[in-house]
Amino acid sequence: MNKGVAITGMGIISSIGNSVEENYISLIENKIGVTRIENISTVHANIIKVGEIKKTNDELVNELKLTEDNNFSRTAMIGTIAAKQAVENAGITSINEFRTGLISATSVGGMDMTEKHYYDYFTHPELVKYITCHDGGDVADKIAEELGLKGIVTTISTACSSAANAIMLGARLIKTGKLDRVIVGGTDGLAKFTINGFKTLMILSDDYNKPFDNNRKGLNLGEAAAYLVLESDEVVAKQNKKVLARVSGYGNANDAFHQTASSENGDGAYLAMKKAFEVSGLKPSQIDYINVHGTATPNNDLSEGRAIKRIYEDEKVPDFSSTKPFTGHTLAAAAAIEAVYSVLAIQNSVVYPNLNFETPMEEFDLKPQTSLKNKNIEHVLSNSFGFGGNCSTLIFSKCN
Amino acid sequence: MQLKKTYINGIGCISTQKTFDTVFLEEAVHNHDENVLKIVPPIYKDFISPAAARRMAKGVKNGIVASAIAMKDANIENVDAIITGTGLGCIEDSEKFLKNILDNNEEFLTPTSFIQSTHNTVGAQIALLQQCKGYNFTYVNGAVSFESALIDAKMQIEEDEAQSVLVGGVDENGDYTTALFKLSGRIKPDNQQPYNLLDSDTSGAVYGEGASFFVLENERKKTTYAEILDVTILNTLEENEVEAETLSFLKANNLEISDIDALVLGFDGNVDFENYYRNLGENSFANTPQLYYKHLSGEYDTASAFALWMAAKVLKTQEIPEIIKVNSVEKLAYKTILLYNQLNGKNHSFTLISK
Repeated sequence: MNKGVAITGMGIISSIGNSVEENYISLIENKIGVTRIENISTVHANIIKVGEIKKTNDELVNELKLTEDNNFSRTAMIGTIAAKQAVENAGITSINEFRTGLISATSVGGMDMTEKHYYDYFTHPELVKYITCHDGGDVADKIAEELGLKGIVTTISTACSSAANAIMLGARLIKTGKLDRVIVGGTDGLAKFTINGFKTLMILSDDYNKPFDNNRKGLNLGEAAAYLVLESDEVVAKQNKKVLARVSGYGNANDAFHQTASSENGDGAYLAMKKAFEVSGLKPSQIDYINVHGTATPNNDLSEGRAIKRIYEDEKVPDFSSTKPFTGHTLAAAAAIEAVYSVLAIQNSVVYPNLNFETPMEEFDLKPQTSLKNKNIEHVLSNSFGFGGNCSTLIFSKCN
Repeated sequence: MQLKKTYINGIGCISTQKTFDTVFLEEAVHNHDENVLKIVPPIYKDFISPAAARRMAKGVKNGIVASAIAMKDANIENVDAIITGTGLGCIEDSEKFLKNILDNNEEFLTPTSFIQSTHNTVGAQIALLQQCKGYNFTYVNGAVSFESALIDAKMQIEEDEAQSVLVGGVDENGDYTTALFKLSGRIKPDNQQPYNLLDSDTSGAVYGEGASFFVLENERKKTTYAEILDVTILNTLEENEVEAETLSFLKANNLEISDIDALVLGFDGNVDFENYYRNLGENSFANTPQLYYKHLSGEYDTASAFALWMAAKVLKTQEIPEIIKVNSVEKLAYKTILLYNQLNGKNHSFTLISK
């Protein structure tokens, strides 16, 4: 089996907590973060439920001690908070001591500021500073600057699989020796733009999302940021670092079926999982827990379920659950927060419950784990799929 | 394990010049009158059915055409992976969806422009057309969006994860965004003609748009333009660090200044940041032929993909059109070319290609 790339630090902020510890406690105590929206004024406020971080932008500015003239989007602020936590958690004190990179992910970048000020820029000179923060790369740029990082910095945007792809690229950059250390993850603040986008696609639920349930009605959007620190074995050995877990497998494939819908047989998802198994050298039967994409849209869960059935053929499908009932679907951050949850599952030997599940889907006999389960977990498989048929799978393994 | 080498075996470019159905910039024009340049459109119906084209964003259409030209040029019908770089994606659709939200108070919306606004739409649409189920990434990081894609593609080939990769950079202009960029100073103000480039004394850049795609493969073929020796990106550099960084990049590739037969610089007429280029050109590379291109392509996040297209053409034709020369230094043969680009002091990239 492939040894995989060491994870030495994690940071997260989501609707279920402002730190790794808080997120873990929420997950094992069934504390959900899906509520009515407070920080964005939208006509859909009484219909939709969202996984919102209950901090205003002013509170975030204060927390980060940003100066008055800053032009941080909400996405950049929560991203910076999570990335700083990860770096601290990895015990990094001198960021450029080794060849260090940052691979970030976002779906709409600073759209939260763009949509707030769009028509006011021409009449309010003090707002003009926000024009440049629209750019997807602005978020990574700001995080790098806050970390004092100088090196390879880039951003991946492949919709809801973005952060999985950031983690994948980071792992490859370490494996090929192009970097010694890389901070990988994703961030997305809630925005009217995405709320209305998903609304027009008619995949937002007006209730709490119920992944893999026969009566599922769609997803709840969420906002979050999470970053992980990956380090080469040389750096780990040299600094006697504690390894939290390893990225042992990864795969990306394209469904090449439809711009926003997944194919019925989940071709892309199947291929992504297959590639991840090839890279890791693991067999499907060695997976102890699948953190499914499980958005609770009719289309995703059917397609993903079929793909999982194809991977496992006649074998038993391992315990699986979607954590999106806790957090909502956090888009480009989803795979990063779920990477943190996967590592926590390994460290604490738990399978999280797939909340809100009642009725198995009629198309197949897949039933998610519905209550917290304690068991040894060596390997977790985590799926993330995005628009444009973008399908990604990551495998996390215990560091023995 | 011996790393596989990466060759550019096919190229396709849709730009603000006529870069299709031409040999090499023989019809190129340096437009001094406009501060935003528009693409010279190809005949879309030769590549996309008119019914499908009507529903497509500008960037998607140009991406599809540029990639089709590159694939034909490389004489291949499918690739193992598609990797795209774009600064702002299909920004016209982002504008349209956002305006509809704001103007109609979040009501009466249709999903089309939201769907197209997703940054990975171009890469996804090309995959859909080619039925390419392989690796498909999209990078969005300002001026290194394209180089990020290039680094990834090269890694795919080196590690034998893919034998052929379609890689490209694509961006489009949107009316409202251009107005905002004029306001923020990224684009030069209106009514300041003539818009010069090398002898500009004003801030901001003349803007452009385009799509340049490349077929990269792990073997040299009859159609080969160049080998990609190395690509690197750096988020930040001070003006006085560029020279040392450039030399250490060359050294990492066992090359010296004298090995570089041409240096392609990203001069964009922004007087505030032109020293990043000027220092290099006037010092270490004073005796090296220097080329520029943003007076033809305009500035945009993935304009450096146009530069790679241009450099690949130079290696193949062994000619440098007058219109892209910064200085009058010439070489008998052009074997190795270095490209350097940055935007407003950020997102620096170095790309090294060789015949």
